[in-house]
Amino acid sequence: MNLTLYVWRQKDAADTGQLVRYQAKNISPDMSFLEMLDGVNQELITTGGEPIAFDSDCREGICGACGQVVNGVPHGPRKLTTTCQLHMRNFRDGDTIYIEPFRSRAFPVIKDLVIDRGSLDRIIQAGGYISVHTGGAPDGNAILIPKQDAETAMDAAECIGCGACVAACPNGSAMLFTAAKVTHLAKLPQGRPEAGRRVCMMTEEMLKQGFGNCSNHYECEAACPKGIKARFIAKLNREFVTAQFT
Amino acid sequence: MFLPASSVGRKLVMAATGQLMTVFIILHVAGNSTIFFGNLNAYAAGLHSLWVLLWAVRIVMLPAVILHIIYALQLTVENGKARPVDYMKKENRTSTFAGRNMIWTGAVIGTFLVYHLLQYTFQVTNPALSAYRNLDEAGRPDVFLMVARTLQQPLIAAVYLLGVTALLLHLSHGIQSSFQTWGLNGERSFPFIRKGGSAAATILWLAYAAIPVTIFTGLLLR
Amino acid sequence: MTLDPKIPSGPLTEKWDRRKQEMKLVSPANKRKYRIIVVGTGLAGASAAATLGELGYNVDAFCFQDSPRRGHSIAAQGGINAAKNYPGDGDSVWRLFLDTIKGGDFRSREANVFRLAQVSANIIDQAVAQGVPFARDYAGYLDNRSFGGALVSRTFYARGQTGQQLLLGAYGALMRQVKLGSVRLHPRSEMLDLVVVNGHAKGITVRNLVTGEISSHAGDAVCLATGGYANVFYLSTNAIGSNVTATFRAYKRGALFANPCYTQIHPTCIPVTGDHQSKLTLMSESLRNDGRVWVPKNKDDKRQPGDIPEPDRDYFLERKYPAYGNLAPRDISSRAAKEVCDEGRGVGPGGRGVYLDFAGAIGRLGEQTIRERFGNLFEMYERITDENAYRQPMRIYPAPHYTMGGLWVDYDLQSTIPGLFVLGEANFSDHGANRLGASALMQGLADGYFIVPYTIADYLGRTTPGTANVDQQEFRASREEAAAATEKLLCINGKRTVNDFHRELGRLLWDNVGMTRSRESLTTALKRIPGIREEFRQNVAVPGSGGDLNQELEKAGRVADFLEFAELLTKDALAREESCGAHFRSEHETPDHEAKRDDENFSHVAAWEYKGDGKEPELHKEQLEFENVELAVRNYK
Repeated sequence: MNLTLYVWRQKDAADTGQLVRYQAKNISPDMSFLEMLDGVNQELITTGGEPIAFDSDCREGICGACGQVVNGVPHGPRKLTTTCQLHMRNFRDGDTIYIEPFRSRAFPVIKDLVIDRGSLDRIIQAGGYISVHTGGAPDGNAILIPKQDAETAMDAAECIGCGACVAACPNGSAMLFTAAKVTHLAKLPQGRPEAGRRVCMMTEEMLKQGFGNCSNHYECEAACPKGIKARFIAKLNREFVTAQFT
Repeated sequence: MFLPASSVGRKLVMAATGQLMTVFIILHVAGNSTIFFGNLNAYAAGLHSLWVLLWAVRIVMLPAVILHIIYALQLTVENGKARPVDYMKKENRTSTFAGRNMIWTGAVIGTFLVYHLLQYTFQVTNPALSAYRNLDEAGRPDVFLMVARTLQQPLIAAVYLLGVTALLLHLSHGIQSSFQTWGLNGERSFPFIRKGGSAAATILWLAYAAIPVTIFTGLLLR
Repeated sequence: MTLDPKIPSGPLTEKWDRRKQEMKLVSPANKRKYRIIVVGTGLAGASAAATLGELGYNVDAFCFQDSPRRGHSIAAQGGINAAKNYPGDGDSVWRLFLDTIKGGDFRSREANVFRLAQVSANIIDQAVAQGVPFARDYAGYLDNRSFGGALVSRTFYARGQTGQQLLLGAYGALMRQVKLGSVRLHPRSEMLDLVVVNGHAKGITVRNLVTGEISSHAGDAVCLATGGYANVFYLSTNAIGSNVTATFRAYKRGALFANPCYTQIHPTCIPVTGDHQSKLTLMSESLRNDGRVWVPKNKDDKRQPGDIPEPDRDYFLERKYPAYGNLAPRDISSRAAKEVCDEGRGVGPGGRGVYLDFAGAIGRLGEQTIRERFGNLFEMYERITDENAYRQPMRIYPAPHYTMGGLWVDYDLQSTIPGLFVLGEANFSDHGANRLGASALMQGLADGYFIVPYTIADYLGRTTPGTANVDQQEFRASREEAAAATEKLLCINGKRTVNDFHRELGRLLWDNVGMTRSRESLTTALKRIPGIREEFRQNVAVPGSGGDLNQELEKAGRVADFLEFAELLTKDALAREESCGAHFRSEHETPDHEAKRDDENFSHVAAWEYKGDGKEPELHKEQLEFENVELAVRNYK
């Protein structure tokens, strides 16, 4: 199939950037979205153009490196699917596709579709861990964890840190990302001792990094390729309240 | 940490003050509905005889309204800054018109509130119809007369409809949002609360809109 | 050069304790005077950087990804082995050791493997303490499963994302150290060179992938945890960015490269769909617990799988390996699949695929149970192939997945360059000629959390801190060389894209140095690789400049190294005149087509020394001594 692409091209952080039109020809429905872009790039290189810069690494939906806003939706039209796992059979011959970077003040564009997500690392640095030293940990079965809690922790821990939640949020908030880590660790007994401090430090850092505030639109949940639930934000809020009043 | 310095803290204040106002709005419409049973004046007189309670409510509501407005402005400004370059194409999947325009519906409600207070509490917009000047047969301030005569005017009726419609939109997002912000929801109750919030807002709208509509159309006869 | 593995004396079970007791320590006050460079932030790199930071060293951590959370360890699905014996099914450190040695087809170092089995239990404890949400049973205890053909249940798992959860645990520990100031993070930085001063590894030269700036970083020791080189085949289950550059440049600076020909081909990957394919996706090996592998008996059978009756199906793994059946080890299963496809009985477009059928399991256990076990994998399969594996069998085919070879290290994980430590998949030490399922995560974390933090102290304790600085001649020269190499790539202005060359190289290797190798195929590859490399040097098209983000330039640098490294890999395969584990030479097979080892002549590690551009590398041998296990023929029948 043949497609018309409007791709965001931006030389560097200082450039204003604009959408540029490209034709993607002879696209196989079995291609992934990124393979389609690979093809466009191959042609650009051989015809003397500059290829479109975009991030990707594992290309199996787990590393969180890829991410583009495809037709106004982070990671594109298919639910629970990262851009690298989005296949072209989700599009039709003759479609026009708009491709933009994840946009947020906290995600400055480096080039084209490549953004700097270091702000998410800094939120984790503020407290997204359990402060345990290597060695001397008690036996793994010394702490019993109800299956239900372990499952909820795992539901939250599946976050891949791609930033689609931020990209989707009308407020550019990183609340779902933050809530996923807070919930993951708050659900486990090992994480309880630091739970209050963690939620305060992480939400404070989120604001400091330039992310917006959550106003419960749940666009994040709809965009999350890993199905992280907005109710984890409620959990974060509960943790925050508990931290204030205990 | 000082609560309002944090993102979540300010939202908690927004949610708490919002919930307080929602409770007020529910009580207010309950009181107002006496108009349909012909005893609005009795209700008004009774309310004023409980002046301690009345002032207590006013003293609580005033700072709630002010805090709600201040934080609304601050959060909105912050949220606006969080995405300096907007998308050329953006599809909204779960967010609603109401949710994205809280600041505007809030502004309409705020403006309307000022007008509403000037009209029926301070009674300065239509001095001739002031309830204090016109007493009913029982010698009570004729609130009904004031309300009925003003809402018979198309422009005023329209303003009231606009005001309560803004309220509908505001609450359809605000109610569920406040539950989420306080974490007063669980996996199973979450969808229910989301729907319940909109349903409650719609019921409140029907109750509020009924007054100008029935008066203007002449359905509500003395 | 004689290769001294520095294996501690004494009985196997006491070697590691003994070594730890002998080792020098660095006093707490002195630790902050030492700077350690860690390259790579996958499991091994992140766990090492975090632990070294905790201990008080100054650590600089580098990764080419935008965040240290993205190392390809994150993609490991199945689990991590540990000799905990929680299920009480007879597991022990000894048994894990034996399984790993046997799985590696007796081509790994006994002492290293034993230590790996010993510390495996600590890894689980550490990960649990970090909040890794391993699967639990209803009583709240850790759950285990049997994996990759093991006869005991010793695999711990977090749904199908064990690697992700373990990596995020290590990443969390690393982020904590970054916050505390003991670790400096350098994301989007690609190592281009190792700097050796007076014979000791003292730093690295990196390119900032955003600004293009080439800079050096000096330290007192360097840890490479840069993963494997399966991308030499172009199509593999590795991440797009996975590369050999860091280890290969270290090799060029004098570190020996060991056993490059040991490349593991994973049996359960989604088949290739066309030339556009940029990578292959692995489906967890655990699928083989319930799925049955088959192809039609008749090569002209073009019926839909559901229409092929039982008598016309060949469940070839069950037929050939009745004891292990569908759970036969990776190398054996992969080769068996290739064989039936070579016979023309492969399924799907292109005929390179075999069925993995769940119909029986669904009938026996119900669709719901299968959904609970593998739901996410079935979804992934559907996303990629548009086929519903509940209704029709999956199609799978082997793909390059893991590389057992790597830089040669001694028992302390130190390479032949003093001060250069190599961790995880980047080293060669623990998996021999074939890695068992759920062992890679174990090794990466063992190296990073529990081994290198001890052994590096022994080196640092004998080293004066802070002797190197980036203004030294060696550093300057390294920067200049790296800049010149980058400039050279940009100046070629050829006609063919980097991907094009990479694909050509990959296909050549896959066809000739892949699952089955012969003297003839290896010679063919050796003849053709230099040609591709030459053309690359003349005709590659690398657009843009070196002064900003230039992904084609990054790829070009990596592919340039693959083009050289491929030759080393092939030479090693040619020199190893035996079949062992994943290395299968068609000249060396038993009458029933199984791998035939030659313990008399090849029970050694082949470690290659770089002798200069265009010169033959020199082969050094480290004899493998087996004092505790009896060399046996692997038998999975």
